[in-house]
Amino acid sequence: MGLQALTYLVVGLTFALYIGIAIWARAGSTSEFYAAGGSVHPVLNGMATGADWMSAASFISMAGLIGLFGYGGTVFLMGWTGGYVLLAMLLAPYLRKFGKFTVPSFFSARYYSKGAGTVGVVCLLIASLTYIIGQMTGVGVAFSRFLGVSNATGIFIGMGIVFMYAVFGGMKGITYTQVAQYCVLILAYTVPAIFISLNLTGNPIPQLGLGSDMAGTDVALLSKLDQVVTDLGFAQYTTNFRGSMLNTFVYTLSLMIGTAGLPHVIMRFFTVPTVKDARSSAGWALVFIAILYTTAPAVAAMATMNLHATVNPGIVQDANFDVMAPGSQIVYDERPAWMKRWEVTGLLKFTDKNGDGRIQHYNDKSKDPKFAAAGWAGNELSVNKDIMVLANPEIALLPNWVIALVAAGGLAAALSTAAGLLLAISSAISHDLIKEKLMPDISEKGELMAGKISMACSICVAGYLGLNPPDFAAGTVAIAFGLAASSIFPALMMGIFSKTMNKEGAIAGMLAGIGVTMLYVFAHKGIFFIKGTEFLGLFGGKSSFFFGIEPNAFGAVGAVVNFAVAFAVKNMTTPVPENIAQMVEDVRIPKGSKAVDGAH
Amino acid sequence: MSTHTHDSVAYWKECLALIRNVLIVWFLCSYGAGILFAPALNSVSVGGYPLGFWFAQQGSMYIFIALIFIYAKLIGNIDKKYDVHED
Repeated sequence: MGLQALTYLVVGLTFALYIGIAIWARAGSTSEFYAAGGSVHPVLNGMATGADWMSAASFISMAGLIGLFGYGGTVFLMGWTGGYVLLAMLLAPYLRKFGKFTVPSFFSARYYSKGAGTVGVVCLLIASLTYIIGQMTGVGVAFSRFLGVSNATGIFIGMGIVFMYAVFGGMKGITYTQVAQYCVLILAYTVPAIFISLNLTGNPIPQLGLGSDMAGTDVALLSKLDQVVTDLGFAQYTTNFRGSMLNTFVYTLSLMIGTAGLPHVIMRFFTVPTVKDARSSAGWALVFIAILYTTAPAVAAMATMNLHATVNPGIVQDANFDVMAPGSQIVYDERPAWMKRWEVTGLLKFTDKNGDGRIQHYNDKSKDPKFAAAGWAGNELSVNKDIMVLANPEIALLPNWVIALVAAGGLAAALSTAAGLLLAISSAISHDLIKEKLMPDISEKGELMAGKISMACSICVAGYLGLNPPDFAAGTVAIAFGLAASSIFPALMMGIFSKTMNKEGAIAGMLAGIGVTMLYVFAHKGIFFIKGTEFLGLFGGKSSFFFGIEPNAFGAVGAVVNFAVAFAVKNMTTPVPENIAQMVEDVRIPKGSKAVDGAH
Repeated sequence: MSTHTHDSVAYWKECLALIRNVLIVWFLCSYGAGILFAPALNSVSVGGYPLGFWFAQQGSMYIFIALIFIYAKLIGNIDKKYDVHED
């Protein structure tokens, strides 16, 4: 069977599985639609959270970016896992005790004002929409390769499928479907990694393979890789900071607290039966997430190695290989089949700048004069980093069934998270905004309809912006995390840990935090990410002008602003009412937790 | 219940102390070993891994998992001690 037919078969089978489960568990009333009746086992909930969490950004995009940045890619690895420690200790158990099932309804009650809830909804919508833009970028990559179409067509098809998928079932459908998706995507991620690790190092466990010697030599894989990339003018793989140490630090922090502030993740912890389960659920989620996240650095390093070895045959095996010697690069016309397949999508391009018919893939910003001396006229192969994971098994020449499996995994990752996010958006609009604020008399049916309409609108907006994304999928998602970090996380923290935080402080804090973050991000990336509306000129025109912190990392700074403004405003306004202080006291002890109130 | 006021202050204090201790370990392993001291730790190798790089891309994540389960266990004990656990 050919590769294309096999891919259709594997993807078709996995989809049949998800849809089958969704039909089997089809949701009925609104409370089931959102929170699955509050009865999901912590381990299953952990797997589903894993699938929900590991999106196109984690599955498709992250390893490619780690491969590009080397050590600098650490920000994603630590940033997207360390937040679970914060979530488990600081937020999940208390929010579970509180017994509301959306973040804005917590804000409305704790900050005794609908205004706080509304600000919460707006922050949540901004963060979630940005997140979906990143997902659509990833969906586009996955579908374009899978169907052999251009990236734009891939995004359009993906939009349709994501919509049908999300509208079809509620959280209950999604919870069990996501357990299945987790299994598919983790297999799809680890199987090729095992193959490649075995090929390169002889060790089948990628986490150990990354720390092993190259097969048949006594040179460590990482030091070989350091040598390969520096030969090609790139920064040393294992030590290359992202920007600066400060930027790496702030970026990691931003992603961590963003994790603990993202509504679609927090929502998961409202659906476990007890406070005790809320704590351990975060642990289980992290176990299942870490299986992928500890494999990713191996995938990143090994895919980077294999890519350079494809373009410069011999660079890995031959200890005396001279990358600059004439004729050491492959001839374009003899390129492997996987390059041709990816050229169709437009995500991999070759331009023969020096007209020698061979592919020079190197860092053309390198100051090293050896490249010009050898007649290299610039980097000729542009590889969109979002394709690295999907192309990885093809680059390593693995069997076709592995390539098909990875395509299925990529689609599962992109679809599951997009669906989870759309659910968070639709519940925010239909429940928190329309039902609680604008039209309290709306029928249950009308509420569900409003939810579906808001899903459709968000897909269209995200798809449109996904055509011209602000960054690679993981970068866009990082911005979404920054927005959540700067607005929602501090307000949640202060709601639980400060008995005196009042509504004025919380609202001012959220507005200031997300405001300053959006200002910084939009200055770099355009207003609402629309190309051509960047206004960096207002700030002197230098990018990352605030202590060299890049916009993707600015959420942590926004969070500091949020805390500072909140406490300043609190001290100037009326103190919090006595009953609210009592409520906070009550949230702090697990005893007396009730099942989530399904009837709102 | 107002009879619990004294207990609940002590309970909360103990919870905060536990959270603080876990956060210290959390910080030292991730931001400390993985970022701030990574360049220094890189001169030590574990297998083929420079140590700072290992903490950043492997070790910190294993430690995060351990921390959550250790925390869940310890705070469960505190809950029982103050009799505030769920039925």
